[in-house]
Amino acid sequence: MADLPLSRRHLLGGAAVLGLSALPLVRARAAGNLTVGFIYVGPKDDYGYNQAHAKGAAALKALPGIQVVEEENVRETTDVQKTMESMINLDSAGLIFPTSFGYFDPHVLIEAKKNPKVQFRHCGGLWTESNPKNAGSYFGYIAQGQYLNGIVAAHASRSKKLGFVAAKPIPQVLNNVNGFLLGARSVDPAITLQVIFTGEWSLAVKEAEATNALIDGGADVITCHVDSPKVVVETAARRGAFACGYHADQSALAKDKYLTGAEWNWASIYKGFVADMQAGRAPPNFLRGGLADGFVKMSPYGPAVSEAARRNADAVKAEMMKGGFAIIRGPLKDNKGNEIAPAGRTYAENAIELEKTNYLVEGVKGSA
Amino acid sequence: MVADTAPHTAPQAASRGSEPANPPAALQVRAWLARRSEAVAIPLAAVAAGFLLFSLFLLALGKSPLGFLDIVWRGGFGSPFALQNSLQRAAPLLFAALCVALPARLGLVVIGGEGAIVLGGVAAAAASQPLAGAPPLLAIPLMALAAAAAGAVWIGAVGALRAYRGVNETIASLLMSYIAIALSNHLIEGLLRDPQSLNKPSTRPIGEAFAVGPMPGMDVHWGLGIGILACLAAYLLTERTTIGFAARIAGGNVRAARIQGLPVGRLVTTFTALGGACAALAGFFEVAAVHSNANASLVAGFGYTGILVAFLARQNPLAILPVAFLLGGIEASSGLIQRRMQLPDATVLVLEGILFLAVLLSETLYGRFRVFSPHLWAGKRAAAGVPATVQA
Amino acid sequence: MSGAETGGDLGLWTVLLAVIGGAIRVSTPFLFVSLGETITERSGRINLGLEGTLVFGAMSAYATAVVTGSPWAGVLVAGLAGGVFGLLHGTICRFPGVNDVAVGIALMLFGSGLAFFLGKPFIQPSAPPLPAIPFGFWSDLPQVQAALRVNVLFLAGAALAPFLWWAFRNTKAGLVVRVAGDSADAARAMGYDVDRVRLYATGLGGVLAGVGGAYLSLYYPGSWNEGISSGQGLMAVALVIFARWNPLACFGAALLFGGAGALGPALQSVGVTQGYYLFYAAPYVLTLILLVATSSPDRALAGAPGELAK
Repeated sequence: MADLPLSRRHLLGGAAVLGLSALPLVRARAAGNLTVGFIYVGPKDDYGYNQAHAKGAAALKALPGIQVVEEENVRETTDVQKTMESMINLDSAGLIFPTSFGYFDPHVLIEAKKNPKVQFRHCGGLWTESNPKNAGSYFGYIAQGQYLNGIVAAHASRSKKLGFVAAKPIPQVLNNVNGFLLGARSVDPAITLQVIFTGEWSLAVKEAEATNALIDGGADVITCHVDSPKVVVETAARRGAFACGYHADQSALAKDKYLTGAEWNWASIYKGFVADMQAGRAPPNFLRGGLADGFVKMSPYGPAVSEAARRNADAVKAEMMKGGFAIIRGPLKDNKGNEIAPAGRTYAENAIELEKTNYLVEGVKGSA
Repeated sequence: MVADTAPHTAPQAASRGSEPANPPAALQVRAWLARRSEAVAIPLAAVAAGFLLFSLFLLALGKSPLGFLDIVWRGGFGSPFALQNSLQRAAPLLFAALCVALPARLGLVVIGGEGAIVLGGVAAAAASQPLAGAPPLLAIPLMALAAAAAGAVWIGAVGALRAYRGVNETIASLLMSYIAIALSNHLIEGLLRDPQSLNKPSTRPIGEAFAVGPMPGMDVHWGLGIGILACLAAYLLTERTTIGFAARIAGGNVRAARIQGLPVGRLVTTFTALGGACAALAGFFEVAAVHSNANASLVAGFGYTGILVAFLARQNPLAILPVAFLLGGIEASSGLIQRRMQLPDATVLVLEGILFLAVLLSETLYGRFRVFSPHLWAGKRAAAGVPATVQA
Repeated sequence: MSGAETGGDLGLWTVLLAVIGGAIRVSTPFLFVSLGETITERSGRINLGLEGTLVFGAMSAYATAVVTGSPWAGVLVAGLAGGVFGLLHGTICRFPGVNDVAVGIALMLFGSGLAFFLGKPFIQPSAPPLPAIPFGFWSDLPQVQAALRVNVLFLAGAALAPFLWWAFRNTKAGLVVRVAGDSADAARAMGYDVDRVRLYATGLGGVLAGVGGAYLSLYYPGSWNEGISSGQGLMAVALVIFARWNPLACFGAALLFGGAGALGPALQSVGVTQGYYLFYAAPYVLTLILLVATSSPDRALAGAPGELAK
């Protein structure tokens, strides 16, 4: 596991977190023997959000001394609490990953209080000091991936109009929308982006209709943030538009219409957490990372990506790999004319303000 | 009006057999027991048969049916944890099923409980805001009342449309359900949204003081206790009161009921409104005992599962209790099935589908076994097979 | 907000085009399921389980197309599988005392469950889609061309609706189905086996629902995953009541529903961005309004098969 860039992780939340990480685990476990539980809100193979996590879980199965237990289609109600308890009581799980946004508050917090000896790490939540110390949250700066998507999209677009199918106007989605457009505008400031919200995380027909509406409106490169991008990518390709992927590699679905995609790389994070556990440490309580940290990766470029686009995207990617890349850079206004950042002000990838984004930047058509 | 002595499992049971005139009390009890044991033995046999069928499916997959049974037992019933897990899952189904069973007394098929649940949750969360600071013993019932009122208005409107405008209640309730969910989402992500709720849009929290806790000695929230009470109350209402009897008459024959002067329109509106209020209480408990706010997780499909529960219970509020418990148990064991047998979650859907088909098919067996005939046990005079005479 | 700069070169025309295109794209599954259910209900039974049949049809069509490379083989298999589910419903409901609505709900569970179970290996692969006919060839506008790309199954459904309408009135089979649905006693008096009529009618209804599922997975949205249907089968069954058991009205209802469903995304694309949840509810609100407007207490069940009203 020498490839784990754990040392480069961005640890937020202050020194107390670092201090906590060093505390030995209360439960003395036989060296290396650990049961890890994964809980998914949808089917494990959805070509998207859940699949990305399941791939990370699969990477753990190969490790010695690690037992992986998984449950899919677990509702965000008391069901998930009972699932966690069952994993703890019947499978002696020592580390649990409830991977859906909706699991964190109150479900993970309740179970963490009930089971102080078990470690809970939640994907996407915002752990704070006031939450149980055996809970935590992790997420990736995937907006960086959408920024690179935007660069490649700008080179491919002829109409200078891009399209984005989004589920709900929440910070993590809005950051992606903003990243996609700002990446494109770094190439050509005249580009605009239309966003359509479907209101649900998974709604195949509505996603297809939204994709069609975007293309009818003139967009010729489409990307999305929904749980399963399969429908969006396929619909765009069939209409002759280019597609940028999300969550996982969807290149097989769109063939030469697939430009590139922003993918999760959970395996590296999960391996890091498990290594912490096996070493007798609690994994970090608040963990975020981007391309530089191996949390996020890009799909290989498709055949339609020009040489210029590759060079451009690769150069920016190299910048990002240094860490501290700022997508939101002043002077910048939102699409209602309010100032987001004055000239000179930048928000680096790990800026805590970006966890609370509630605006769409100038050039995005749609309302947050 | 005729005194309704024998508890019937369903409206149609009334015409299947009738009591002989004034048999001795002991014989009456034996006859009652015979009928009850039929209502227990046949579904149990059907569940067993359904599982045998499902075993073939498992064998085809190379999995052990006995191992599967063991896991269902351990996951859903075999330990205090498993039992509480099942009871917890059964709780919202009790309310959701009543939303189907109560209107069914009038022959109506209402399938829109899901919307009433979600709307009830949102109403409860909204009501908690102006009540902040009020004593919980006053505020919590008021929140429940707000939820019930929202559900009653929503599904009651379906009943009123049916009664006074002739609008088909099945499609109207489904449409209203989708509209309720859209409206709830609109409110949760708009007017009622807590700006602090970042990646999971929610209403403002109801506050710790208003949280409904677990039942004493259990890890199951009060939704279970109140749900059981609601089923008992619904049973008494439908089986033991004049209004329940009137509803049953109207459900059997609207024209006859009108001729008898029964207020059919008001009955329909009342029963649908009561059903909607029940469903909304499931939403109230989701908010007050689970989420502490209203959010999109309220759309969990309880309403649709409730339809199934009600039909399996033959629309009998008492029978809803065991059916919901069985369903809760199977769903509780779903996780263990995935983890221990490496089977996908859909396995449970297949099992439920087969079990329920078997149970529904078994309904054809009622009245076919002499051993269960009340007449056999109520005295020699009225032997089994006496042609049924209609009572009222 | 940028409401002034409307999306696309066509401005508000985009919305109209999207509604027309949406009506054509989205309506087909509603059309097939509701036509199938009309046949079933006209014979005097309700099969509420067509949602499960639709989902199973979608899965089996997709799987077959992946394995054989032929989308038409997929449609065939979906139709057959749907027929099997229909016959299963019809067979179970032959027994006295069995509630057809409840059996339908159980079959909804069973059909979806089996489809999800067997469909796991087919979420990843890509299936060849059904072909479409470019009726928009006369236009230079890509939007018009896209809206008028019509799938063959839509045309088949559009032809089937008037055919069924005609057949119910003018063929012996249509008459037998109607009599069985209006009065079982009358049908028996005429020497027909009512249960058999209903069995075939339910089987045929299942075939059509299965084909509707094939459209979902092989054309639009043209993909297999567990969220593919999101309740369209259930809604289509409900639309039958709205259409008053009239196949022609089913066609209208399906078009209305599909077109109204396209309204939400299209409005967002021209800058109407507030309250999209409410716009997404447009098909339901519109249907409810029309339903209330066209109902009256006196003819509550006009057009309803007599046996259903029991």
